[in-house]
Amino acid sequence: MTEILVLAEHTGDDVKKVTLELITLARRFGEPSLVWIGPGAEQGQARCAEYGAARIYVAADPAIDDYVVAPAAELLAQLVREKSPVLVLVAGTPQSKEVAGRLAVKIDSGVLTDAVDLQPGDDGPVAEQSIFGGATTVHSRVRHGTPIVAVRPNAVAPEPAPGAAELSPVSLAGEVTGARVTSRVVAERGERPDLTEASIVVSGGRGTGGAEGFGVIEQLADALGAAVGASRAVTDAGWYPHQFQVGQTGKTVSPQLYMAIGISGAIQHRAGMQTSKTIVAVNKDPEAPIFELADFGVVGDLFKVVPQLLDEISKRKQL
Amino acid sequence: MNIVVCVKQVPDTAVERKLKPADSTLDRASVDGLINEIDEYAIEEGLLIAEAQREAGHDAAVTIMTMGPEKAAESIRKALSMGADQAVHLLDDGLAGSDAMSTSYALAQVLKQIGFDLVICGSESTDARMGVMAPMLAERLGVPQVSLASKLEVDGSALRIRRFSEDGYFEVESTLPAVISVVEKINEPRYPSFKGIMAAKKKPVQTMSLADAGIDPALVGLGGSATEVVDFAQRPPRQSGTIVKDEGDGGVKVAEFLAAQKFV
Repeated sequence: MTEILVLAEHTGDDVKKVTLELITLARRFGEPSLVWIGPGAEQGQARCAEYGAARIYVAADPAIDDYVVAPAAELLAQLVREKSPVLVLVAGTPQSKEVAGRLAVKIDSGVLTDAVDLQPGDDGPVAEQSIFGGATTVHSRVRHGTPIVAVRPNAVAPEPAPGAAELSPVSLAGEVTGARVTSRVVAERGERPDLTEASIVVSGGRGTGGAEGFGVIEQLADALGAAVGASRAVTDAGWYPHQFQVGQTGKTVSPQLYMAIGISGAIQHRAGMQTSKTIVAVNKDPEAPIFELADFGVVGDLFKVVPQLLDEISKRKQL
Repeated sequence: MNIVVCVKQVPDTAVERKLKPADSTLDRASVDGLINEIDEYAIEEGLLIAEAQREAGHDAAVTIMTMGPEKAAESIRKALSMGADQAVHLLDDGLAGSDAMSTSYALAQVLKQIGFDLVICGSESTDARMGVMAPMLAERLGVPQVSLASKLEVDGSALRIRRFSEDGYFEVESTLPAVISVVEKINEPRYPSFKGIMAAKKKPVQTMSLADAGIDPALVGLGGSATEVVDFAQRPPRQSGTIVKDEGDGGVKVAEFLAAQKFV
């Protein structure tokens, strides 16, 4: 059976949703083997089995995680040489894309990033990418080496399938080198889902008028079980922390539902959310470009529309 | 200290960008080219480090390195007018259509020739958006990768950065030489002054061909790339949605839409 290597994203005790998406995608091409770097593989094993992982290569040596990207790429290169997989999949997050880039150089293979779909083709996997802020759809492929593809979170829905998810310890031959991580700081996110992984994202823009006005965005996100996003105008003004910026120079999201509240929809912003499945916009300017993308839009004052929406949601929840 | 800043000229994101039907490469000719936005932060960071080095009594020079068509000279000029000392323009028709693997190979060949203590890149370009160039260069050059920096400190031959992570940040330490990538949070790029614009005209720009840089033509360009575009299409415009004016029931209407789509 042909083997597919999938680099796991995890929290130290569970797999992230994007990894289940990658396993689901990998099954189109062969038998998925996860590569789990760091602690927590035992705790994550059951869920990986549920979604069809055949095995999990576990590199638990903390030294690998203590150096920036280089050892992770070296470990993957080692596994590619030993196992000869037909495809390597990573999540389209900034750090995993970095791993993909280094791995490509190490094994002299082509790398594709930001795939929103991946299908078998006559000459190997064909990736679909959405470029220029979603204006152009491209199909591309790797023509040299073992294809390495970074897949955007939410590209496919995770589908359960039985797998053994057998744990197989691996270690890095040679020394770990490079830039060393001396400390890690996890930003307070509260109970909200991760922005790039969330099924629903509620984003606020300049129309919220300030940090105080941004409160309604958080309320709406919580009512929908959504992640909070913000436009660049908001994060540049310091109304909301930078790590929540959606757009060209921020995070790229592709949720089932994206709500743009008080966001005009400049190309900067659209580039980060245009592949969302359903888009709802509220803006007082009827000419705002965001309405060109919206499946449903309301031209009006967000401070009237959103509170009414919140009331309505809570009424419906009580039914 | 020899600081090299990688600068890419990209099409203005404010205008419509297209691929060319003939070879599926980016149409760079028909649109205005600008310095990739995040690269301006890389230039600024290079200038700040050089200024601090000079203040401490050390020599420092900032070299701009660009690979691109003739037109990319405009971006070099702007970077020089911000205050960089000199530039290298890797210019050869054989490079057209290079993917990330080919581009990193070509740039690494130039870097090996011109030498460096620090290479600084923007974290990604607004056209390709791959975010792999700094890691690929670090791998090819065999030096530490100090990437996604939102804060940077150089202390003798030590380097400390704050590295972006999915759920917060890491503090990272490294030695020089190294390849750095910066995110836009790191500084506020300066505007070129009139004096800077005038001075830029006299600053040296070295043009290099494939042969000059010792680049194997078989490993670059459309033919030498490890990836290829199979086909592409303009995305059909989204089916126009329902836009309503708030008549006092806008919130209810949104709730009805969300309920019909099973989101609430």
